[in-house]
Amino acid sequence: MTKTGFLLASLAASLMATSALAQDITVKIGVLNDRSGIYADLSGEGSVIAARMAAEDFGAAEKGIKVEIVSADHQNKPDVASTIARQWLDQDGVNAIVDVPTSSAALAVNEIIKDANALFINSGAASSDLTGPACSPHTVHWTYDTWALANGTGSAMVQQGGDSWFFLTADYAFGHALERDTAAVVEAAGGKVVGTVRHPFPGTDFSSFLLQAQASGAKVIGLANAGGDTINSIKQAAEFGITQAGQALAGLLIFITDVHALGLQTAQGLVLTESFYWDLNDGTREWSARFEAADGDKPTMVQAGVYAGVLHYLKAVEAAGTNEADAVIAKMKEMPTDDPLFGKGEIRADGRKVHDMYLFRVKSPEQSSGAWDYYETLATIPADKAFRPMADGNCPLVK
Amino acid sequence: MFELLGIPPQALFGQLLLGLINGSFYAILSLGLAVIFGLLNIINFAHGAQYMLGAFVAWMLLNYLGIGYWWALLIVPIVVGAFGIVLERLMIARLYHLDHLYGLLLTFGLALIIQGLLRNQYGISGLPYSIPPQLAGGQNLGFMFLPNYRGWVVVASLAVCVATWFVIEKTRLGAYLRAATENPTLVGAFGINVPRMITLTYGFGVALAAFAGVLAAPVYSVNPNMGADLIIVVFAVVVIGGMGSILGSIVTGFGLGLVEGLTKVFYPEASSVVIFVIMAIVLLVKPAGLFGRAA
Repeated sequence: MTKTGFLLASLAASLMATSALAQDITVKIGVLNDRSGIYADLSGEGSVIAARMAAEDFGAAEKGIKVEIVSADHQNKPDVASTIARQWLDQDGVNAIVDVPTSSAALAVNEIIKDANALFINSGAASSDLTGPACSPHTVHWTYDTWALANGTGSAMVQQGGDSWFFLTADYAFGHALERDTAAVVEAAGGKVVGTVRHPFPGTDFSSFLLQAQASGAKVIGLANAGGDTINSIKQAAEFGITQAGQALAGLLIFITDVHALGLQTAQGLVLTESFYWDLNDGTREWSARFEAADGDKPTMVQAGVYAGVLHYLKAVEAAGTNEADAVIAKMKEMPTDDPLFGKGEIRADGRKVHDMYLFRVKSPEQSSGAWDYYETLATIPADKAFRPMADGNCPLVK
Repeated sequence: MFELLGIPPQALFGQLLLGLINGSFYAILSLGLAVIFGLLNIINFAHGAQYMLGAFVAWMLLNYLGIGYWWALLIVPIVVGAFGIVLERLMIARLYHLDHLYGLLLTFGLALIIQGLLRNQYGISGLPYSIPPQLAGGQNLGFMFLPNYRGWVVVASLAVCVATWFVIEKTRLGAYLRAATENPTLVGAFGINVPRMITLTYGFGVALAAFAGVLAAPVYSVNPNMGADLIIVVFAVVVIGGMGSILGSIVTGFGLGLVEGLTKVFYPEASSVVIFVIMAIVLLVKPAGLFGRAA
């Protein structure tokens, strides 16, 4: 046993020695997300697969860049996320931390990365504070944020006549940010917020909160929660006859895996905002088919964002010729982004990646042609309208 | 309109009823735990996983074999209960002579393994399971819309709880069980097969968890973590009621459901904590629990 171990170790050492000769730059990418809790299906191992696909598609090996990908489970807890991030940065030499769903965990990593020689490419978390008051020179917020969700779904609902709102809010950083940003959109469009209830995260039984929402008489019940919480809220709203009685549900953050778990029968008609859907164009279909072959499910926008973010990061490493954080982030912001999943876009000075967002409606079982055929596109929100203007974000970097 | 504590009475009645519904799940789960602890002295940490397994087996019966809800209500507790019996024979039975802690660790490990396996296979987002057509729809009670299915949950769990209490406290079989808890050697000397009785009791406790799982499948998302989320609360319920007290676990289960329901109205942020606050107070004032006897 010891002998084999020794042989393996020396073999590995000799391999590393040869590769060090052949290659110029080594980058270590840490995928930090939820691997066992309520966000594990929308990020989890799928995000690791996406990061690996990015390294392969980029052709890192041929370009003299050695990419190593590690992953860990932050259990949706900010303290666990901080501990892992510190260990990765201080001891393991990780150059970029990617994904990190759960806004409270993402904000914790964001604080640590500010002064570190590493970058944070966030795909999974939603809080728009990441490019607002909490913005950091080393953070890129790739896929979506609470402002973009509020702007898409919130204004669409108000336009359809839903001018009084009651919020069902997950009681942590993400829920608060999503509620705040949506309330601003609703009020700007002439609507009003008649009430809010904050539920513990994660929750199981939402009937009590839904009944309070029903009693408020609001036309729209805004679900400022995500993942399993949203699934249960929607399921129980149908059970208690809330939607049948005329109140509309606004799922402010719904992922395709949520729709898959709900089934079209329950989810049909929901209006939602996302930045990615597998069936948008040839580029997304081709990539998603490859992803599905590896993962078993179609990708979520979070997993797509990990792919595109890592791809752009590697391009910037190649252009900068180093893995030094400041040089790479300068290149990332200087070079326009271009990938098959989000199309052309850019990263703003405050770290916000901008691209088109889409307003989708969930198909009815009759409209759907089969597994994963879930969305019809209602509107494309152009990149310059989809995200909060930089001047409104209060990001200290751009003042 | 008059108000009660700042809340219209209709809303209050509605919330109390919802609390009762959640309380039914607490009651039936804590009952299983109490039965197992009372007779086996095992702290069954796998109870949440067995509840989750109940929901999953119901889903499997429907999707792989086309067996619907009503048969599942009967078949699932038998299947999962049998699985519990196998576990008891193969593993748990080896720990009776050791400290409680070993049983707790073993069952906790088993729970993690069962959860991990199902997570690997089915993911975390949950699987859809529909309400049976006979119980779809609901009644307008004036103060709230009560889905028929939720009403059924309260009735079914009350019936099961009362039946269990009756068997254990009022029948000859129950008397044997209680006697075996007090002094297994003496009861064995009277010609009663104590080990078999203990095995069947564990199987019954597990079957109760599985029954609750089937009840929960149509209303909560069927996912591998559904038991882990609930089991901690249920343990608090058992501690408050008094470890091993049958009546205590039933009454506190429903009672705490009500308290939690009220908290959701007055201060929703605290609704996940309130049960533990009560547990701390009860432990300070009456360490054996509300219905427990001091050892």
